[in-house]
Amino acid sequence: MTVKTYREAIIEAMILEMKRDEKVFVIGEDISGGRGCEDFEGEAAGGPMGLTQGLWDEFGAKRVIDTPISETAIMGAAAGAALSGLRPIAELMFSDFFGVCFDQIYNQAAKFRFMYGDQGATPLVIRTMIGAGIGCGPQHSQSPYSIFANIPGLKVVTPSNPYDAKGLLISSIRDNDPVIFCEHKALLGMDGEVPDESYEVPLGKGKILKEGNDISIVAIGQMVGVVQNCIKSLEEKGISAEIIDPRSLSPFDDEMVYDSVEKTGRLLVLDESNPVCSFGSWITSMVSEEVFSSLKAPTKVLTPPHCPVPAAPNLEAAYLPDVETIISASENLKNYS
Amino acid sequence: MQLSKDKLIDAYTRMKKIRVFEETMRDEFAKGTVPAFIHLYIGQEAIASGICVELNDNDTIASTHRGHGHCLAKNSNLERMTMEIFCRADGLCEGKGGSMHIADLSVGMLGANAIVGANAPIAVGAALRQRVMGENLVSAAFIGDGASNQGAVFEAMNLASVLKLPVLFVFENNGYAEFTGVDYHCGGGDIAGRAEGFGMPSYKLDGSDFFAVQEAAAEAVERARKGEGPSAIECYAKRWYGHFEGDPQHYRTKEELETIRKDNDPLIIFRQKVEEAGLVESSELDIIDDDLTSKVFNAVEKAKNSPLPNVEELTTNVYEKGSY
Repeated sequence: MTVKTYREAIIEAMILEMKRDEKVFVIGEDISGGRGCEDFEGEAAGGPMGLTQGLWDEFGAKRVIDTPISETAIMGAAAGAALSGLRPIAELMFSDFFGVCFDQIYNQAAKFRFMYGDQGATPLVIRTMIGAGIGCGPQHSQSPYSIFANIPGLKVVTPSNPYDAKGLLISSIRDNDPVIFCEHKALLGMDGEVPDESYEVPLGKGKILKEGNDISIVAIGQMVGVVQNCIKSLEEKGISAEIIDPRSLSPFDDEMVYDSVEKTGRLLVLDESNPVCSFGSWITSMVSEEVFSSLKAPTKVLTPPHCPVPAAPNLEAAYLPDVETIISASENLKNYS
Repeated sequence: MQLSKDKLIDAYTRMKKIRVFEETMRDEFAKGTVPAFIHLYIGQEAIASGICVELNDNDTIASTHRGHGHCLAKNSNLERMTMEIFCRADGLCEGKGGSMHIADLSVGMLGANAIVGANAPIAVGAALRQRVMGENLVSAAFIGDGASNQGAVFEAMNLASVLKLPVLFVFENNGYAEFTGVDYHCGGGDIAGRAEGFGMPSYKLDGSDFFAVQEAAAEAVERARKGEGPSAIECYAKRWYGHFEGDPQHYRTKEELETIRKDNDPLIIFRQKVEEAGLVESSELDIIDDDLTSKVFNAVEKAKNSPLPNVEELTTNVYEKGSY
């Protein structure tokens, strides 16, 4: 066991899978970073965030394919490659860019299996960066995973730490359906224990990070780290929180959440997506339908407000749910009568 | 003309099968037996057939909403394809695709596609098998004149050119994007010329002449197999019927329709060429005509008498079984 960053865990997963299966390849913008150019000298950049660093040196240009800035062509080529037997990992540099290529994701890749009568699989992974917190502003900071999870045929994962990032990416690459793998940009430098060998974290299985009796808190992506910073304060206030990281949004481990709410009677969801039709609101809706009689208080979702992600540091800080808001919401649920 | 007699017979069979099939679909649509709407390929038979006679089962094509002709030219299973158009349980797509989404992966037919122009990047993706796995493979995208204005098509051409992938961009200029004429919708008016701008060899030819299409296809396929990259082939052949069946076609004259049917019938042109050159007897082709008429009739009757999907199948095959 060694300590690795979230970024290193992602790279390691790709390298292990590319070594294991010659059908796996990576395609995207600047993923080698200059290597495709004639007379290139120097070290390949491995993308603007270094998330594909070292892949070109290991596997070469045939399987680490730099593209023009053409997201529709990248996603469409990856979809077509998957339909014809390859296992592409396509990089959508920032998830915000889905706006220029969504047809290939939701009308094509997501529907192939269903509309072509299960003739072929679509083993495609779209790695994409989500999230606010580092000042990238309205078009490079969004978390559109609720939109992805809305589409039948897509699977969606949101790793919150290096261990899960590696295991979920390996599972995603081995999966036979299109998976949107949401990497949070604020977590890229996060350290954690990551085994050197290959392992899978199964899609659709959540994880209970801390057991508790008073309130179930489901946190997605970056929110997992934020809620962990609340645990001590909550305990000081006499609130025993059970903390769940769903890890996958589609498929979603609803049983884990129901079981927890049946125990605690209270549910708080922390979600970085837009509030209207957010994934958090879907979780609370399912809980209300399935385990209503266990509830001792109304369900609550904390999201950013219904506005784009701002660039100014103070506004961005106000945009994201923070420790104070989470503690206050938890107290309100605990004291509800 | 250097084609063997077998290949000529094969080519004629593909074209004639499309004609008979589409005329039958037209009759069935008028009778109200076909669910939803259909887009007929009549008038363009030489294009799909001229391209597909140069491909084998390992090669792939990505088709359009006007896809019946592409399916048949790529030798998709006639009965199961017909069943799919009638949305039957035993159709190629188990009744969930219908006319605009037929695929037959067993012969490299990667699917009709109801999103105009979306098939071009998918064809490029299939061609990546040459680069990633070293496979001997060619991938063709059929693209209408309307689709030629889509960004997806431009991106696909550029990516194929940059990566030197074995792709044929087959532009089927049938004169109309739905109801809008190519003289209105196509800036510059030169689709093949646009492709040249992406650095690939391109052809501009009469799409009602099988031999013109096939010769260009043979050259483009050879280049692609050698790893020399993509080509574009713009084929001009007006469709004989509306955008969809039921389209009253207010946007064109009766005289235009009469002229193309008289002067630009791909089957008549083919027959004249091979018969005049003494390559195939007229009577041999007549036998093929009769055989296809009965095959298509039987396929349609079988489809109409086969069951619709079970309602329990509504939510199956969204994901791999057992994975969700």
